[in-house]
Amino acid sequence: MPDTLSSWPSLAPVTPEICLVVAVCLILLVDVFAGERRTGLTATLTLLALAVSAALTVAYGHVAERTVLLHGMYVADELAWVLKLAGFLVVAVALLYSRTYLENRHIMRGEYYVLSLTALLGIFVLVSANNLVTVYLGVELLALSVYALVAFDRDSGISAESAMKYFVLGAIASGALLYGMSLVYGLTGTLDLGEIAARLYAPSSLGVTMGLAFIVVAVAFKLGAVPFHMWLPDVYEGAPTSVTLFIGTVPKIAYFALALRLLAQGLSGTVLEWTQMLAALAVLTLIIGNVVAIVQTNLKRMLAYSTIANVGFILLGFVAGTPDGYSAALYYTLQYVLVALGSFGVILLASRRGYEADRLDDYKGLHQRDPLLAFAMMLLMFSTAGVPPLVGFWAKLRIFQALWETNHLWLVILAATMSVVGAYYYLRVIKLMYFDDPVGEAPAPAPAGGVRIALGLNAAAVLLLGVLPAPLLNLCARVIH
Amino acid sequence: MHGLLSLLIWLPIATGILILLLGDERVASGRWLALLGSLATLALAVPLWAGFDTSSALPQFPELRPWIPRFHSSYALGVDGISMPLIVLTAFMTVPVVIAGWNVIEKRPAQYFAAFLIMEGLMIGVFAATDALLFYFFWEAMLIPMFLIIGIWGGPRRVYATIKFFLYTFLGSVFMLAALIYMYVKGGSYAIADLQALPLTLIEQRWIFVAFLLAFAVKVPMWPVHTWLPDAHVEAPTGGSVILAAIMLKMGGYGFLRFSLPVAPDASRELDLLVIALSLIAVVYIGFVALVQQDMKKLIAYSSIAHMGFVTLGAFVVYEIVRSTGSTQGAGMGMDGAMVQMVSHGLISGALFLCVGVLYDRLHSRQIADYGGVINTMPVFAAFMVLFALANTGLPGTSGFVGEFLVIIASFRASFWYSFLAALTLILGAAYTLWLVKRVVFGPVTSPRVAALTDLNGREFLVLGALAAAVLLVGVWPAPLLKVMEPSIHHLVSQAIATKL
Repeated sequence: MPDTLSSWPSLAPVTPEICLVVAVCLILLVDVFAGERRTGLTATLTLLALAVSAALTVAYGHVAERTVLLHGMYVADELAWVLKLAGFLVVAVALLYSRTYLENRHIMRGEYYVLSLTALLGIFVLVSANNLVTVYLGVELLALSVYALVAFDRDSGISAESAMKYFVLGAIASGALLYGMSLVYGLTGTLDLGEIAARLYAPSSLGVTMGLAFIVVAVAFKLGAVPFHMWLPDVYEGAPTSVTLFIGTVPKIAYFALALRLLAQGLSGTVLEWTQMLAALAVLTLIIGNVVAIVQTNLKRMLAYSTIANVGFILLGFVAGTPDGYSAALYYTLQYVLVALGSFGVILLASRRGYEADRLDDYKGLHQRDPLLAFAMMLLMFSTAGVPPLVGFWAKLRIFQALWETNHLWLVILAATMSVVGAYYYLRVIKLMYFDDPVGEAPAPAPAGGVRIALGLNAAAVLLLGVLPAPLLNLCARVIH
Repeated sequence: MHGLLSLLIWLPIATGILILLLGDERVASGRWLALLGSLATLALAVPLWAGFDTSSALPQFPELRPWIPRFHSSYALGVDGISMPLIVLTAFMTVPVVIAGWNVIEKRPAQYFAAFLIMEGLMIGVFAATDALLFYFFWEAMLIPMFLIIGIWGGPRRVYATIKFFLYTFLGSVFMLAALIYMYVKGGSYAIADLQALPLTLIEQRWIFVAFLLAFAVKVPMWPVHTWLPDAHVEAPTGGSVILAAIMLKMGGYGFLRFSLPVAPDASRELDLLVIALSLIAVVYIGFVALVQQDMKKLIAYSSIAHMGFVTLGAFVVYEIVRSTGSTQGAGMGMDGAMVQMVSHGLISGALFLCVGVLYDRLHSRQIADYGGVINTMPVFAAFMVLFALANTGLPGTSGFVGEFLVIIASFRASFWYSFLAALTLILGAAYTLWLVKRVVFGPVTSPRVAALTDLNGREFLVLGALAAAVLLVGVWPAPLLKVMEPSIHHLVSQAIATKL
């Protein structure tokens, strides 16, 4: 094995991580010296850093084929490259949407941006993990950054409470993950995911099944699958909306990678076992997520249950247990992140100081107050409901197709039925915005600006990818072999 | 003319988006734009009819562009004798809808016109698609404008009605999608012609048939999944009711002819009695239900369900004809009848809803009891209303006669009792329609509000006059329509009675 640390070209695939680490250190320093008066500087610098890192990743980070680096700890492939670019984009848009919200609530601090970047770094580590230790490192880096973000509004009791809840439950999940990993390590004698895949094959022993069960529980917790979803609605509701936007979008990319790297690649020998476990989780997740979402009165909480329902669909892609299924799950994840970005973005834009705009009733007659915002939200809601010509339709189609290819008749019927149940609560949001009259004193109209244009582009992308779905579909199929 | 179908689909959609961008402030020009767009679309339908080769059953005006190569799905368009008349009908019916809403709509008028124009393009897309995925794309996309039309401009219970409408149709369609994907996974193509040729076992056909039945029966709508229709019709604005009755219901009938019969012929043969029974229940039972309605729109809505029963009866009676006579002679007649009935019902029900709209704009009531003696104050309107009512009962010389007559004759070949029950509509249809006319139009003026009514204005006269001409034309001279359909119907009958096993 050549000494990987000696030559630059061999390190080129690690460009995104290197860029991020440098950016984190620089921004932390700049923030300390610029002080509280110049927080706008940190925000601008962060966006700049993201743009530069993304450009460098495009220029140097691409690998034609799967490459293992850094003594087997790190894997670079096209999938990781695509997911990292998506990560840059999503974080940049999320931070863009959040800025006004943070300023209005006087929680615009440099740490917010630094923590976002470290969370992103955690995601990248996870996405490129080729070793159980790397996986765990990524999971924890991401989780710790996010716990802190949830508690970011120091004076808010509810934020602190949800951060606490998130931390305690998250720690249990991390423990489960670590325990499962230790069992797998004990039985195979290696931490390398490729080696594990080579040494584990059916029929597996009870020990492997035990380890697998713990790992599946951890993955289910991170994704928010029922019955490990309890934290999700509380955290979504309790966190400042800008943080909800953050945790509702970017980490989904990471947890997709977590499931893919750990289950589909590392534990591919036990595919029959974990697909059954995931199938049970997916059924519960689809039913509970969709049904409970119907009775919510808080939009953030409703979107949390909608997230859970969507996780059910992502899991169904994994249940198929085929490359086509994983590619369907990838497509679903990416489009979900895009749509969730827009939906939480609408909440951010609709809110003012002292007015969170997170109750469903706040959206009554939104169309009359702010037609653009209402129109964007309508597109996003129809997309999540899976109605063409929007991108969400193709995501559901891909999942159905993957399930048919593996002959899961009953799962298709269940998923079809649940998407109709789900349509109800998305329609209700549209009903509030378009069919009802506004109540009470309407808050001042939102300041026009780049953020609104970004949101408009976000909604337009949902429509455009729905009318011309071929490029993204092809991409998702290509990066998963 | 190449690209004609694309133009027919995208011209109205582009016009609709333009109107949306103009906004409510410039609705005066938006209105004219809407009229212009719908007239241009109608003008485009003329070369479609004129250039149609009536000797071929193959898709004409074909267009093929890659769309999603990964799914072997393409942007494939084409029309045959079944879809072409329905496209012309769609283009024809949108014009009166635009004119009828001219200055009646006060709330967000720009969006109103935009919604109908976009709707028109999507509906034409449904009929023109020869790729199942593209078909489904348009089929579902159509729900969005209709959901908004009922929800924004509808009556007091509009929210309930529109959500019910959306969820009902969505539920049916999702299972159709599942069936389409299943066939794609099996056959590797979404082209409708490939799906029709795909060999399927009887068990597969049964599942697929049931999935299609769910989608199309809801849309038609057939008893017992019809309950969304009266609600949607009553609450929808006039234009919404017209489009719903005239075009959207036809999608169900079209789906049966395009998918159920050719894709699952053996299951259709096996389960034909189910569909025939449901159709006859619709004709007879819903006829009685229509009789007792107090609300004019609800009455016409139930009458629509009864009339659409003829479409499904005509389509499925084919198997019973073969079974009882052993030959396919006369089988095509049932399908001819189904097709003519669809076109004719589109015209008549649209016209009747427009008539109700005329009254509603004046008195803001749809209750039959609020009217009486309208003929004394609105003689011209009364003449139109009576004409459309008679057409609705199937009077010879109107389009309503041709379709029902063909279906009744065809079902007579299958069994006396089918035609007996179907022919009951001649009594029931006459009873509820003429009684409606008697109570609303004739008799002495019952209230001072009716006495103050004014007769049709030029705009309304134009709309109703055009529809009356069309109803009479199809009624007196249906031959061109039948000629256009003949090769396609012939081809369809051979597909429907062939076996895939």
